[in-house]
Amino acid sequence: MSPAHYVFLAVILFVIGAVGVLVRRNAILIFMSVELMLNACNLAFVAFARMHGNLDGQVVAFFVMVVAAAEVVVGLAILMAIYRARRSASVDDASLLKY
Amino acid sequence: MIDHVLANGGAGGTNLDPLFDESLFWILAVLSVSAGIAMILVRQAVHCALMLAVVMLSLAVMYAMQDAPFLAFVQVIVYTGAVLMLFLFVVMLIGVSAADSLKETIRGQRLWAGLAGGGLAVLLIVGIGHAAIGSAAPVSNVENADNLTGLARLIFTTYVFPFEVTSALLITAALGAMVLAHRERTSPKPTQRDVARRKISSGQVQPEPPPGVYALHNAVDMPAMLPDGSTTNRSVSDAVVGRDLQLGRDPEGNVVTDLAAEDRIETERQLEAGERGREEQ
Repeated sequence: MSPAHYVFLAVILFVIGAVGVLVRRNAILIFMSVELMLNACNLAFVAFARMHGNLDGQVVAFFVMVVAAAEVVVGLAILMAIYRARRSASVDDASLLKY
Repeated sequence: MIDHVLANGGAGGTNLDPLFDESLFWILAVLSVSAGIAMILVRQAVHCALMLAVVMLSLAVMYAMQDAPFLAFVQVIVYTGAVLMLFLFVVMLIGVSAADSLKETIRGQRLWAGLAGGGLAVLLIVGIGHAAIGSAAPVSNVENADNLTGLARLIFTTYVFPFEVTSALLITAALGAMVLAHRERTSPKPTQRDVARRKISSGQVQPEPPPGVYALHNAVDMPAMLPDGSTTNRSVSDAVVGRDLQLGRDPEGNVVTDLAAEDRIETERQLEAGERGREEQ
């Protein structure tokens, strides 16, 4: 398959993730949608790396994975703190960050 | 298939049979897109996580198809293994029954989100459709002949500074998670004296009855039996009762049938004992 197919698939997955971020209101599910968007970007990076015949795109995808892992750790810890404070993971309830 | 890619070191151009390559791509594309759509539609958080696992695993196979065997394994180990497990841990901590409410707080939110998503899709597809995306270029560089060696060479030469910064990022993330997950104790820790005093003053000295141990069934959803023969629902977890109510079952309905069954079994037991006694005579 040509890399273009993979790039278009990555676009579709990215859009699905973006719609998920807009539609879902449970913070965990929003996080999962963000992960889906990051995965779609990785797919595009790998496809571009194959298109250019070098490995730079794969290295970038690798770094994206590392950053995503760090982001998930901190994000879920914040989520746990919010849940402990207000017994809810809905983003509607946490609209005011302080009170 | 992964063996196949690894066997030739992921070297230039895919060696997959074109028909196999194409059919595998379309199967995985349909699978991942439908799993992604299901992920943003299903209500239960656990189902969402499972759908995300399907997407991530099919992406891993796609990496392997695109001469990126290292990334395929990292995808399985880091994403499907670690990140998704972390998600599941948090889902379990927050409550499996934490389903998204379907009530819209912003009017027309779903409609506008769908329209915005469609617009974004059209924008990206038209933009990328105008760009010239060539077919896969042959790997020209001899150093890149082996996927793993080539990646290691790049990470430790050209990208060595970002790689070092990554370690700082990971340490910061670990520290941040520890700080955020740490719970500051607001009240002094209860001593043994405090616990004893609270128990005596509450009127219940002994611990809560464990679920189901003295009942007919040794199951968590069966209430325990008190010494006077009655059952107590305090031994059943609130989550189980809530689930029974959610499914439209009567949480105490089983108790009555249970007690009836117990009476029957008791009479059978007595009959058996009587017969055994007769045989012994």
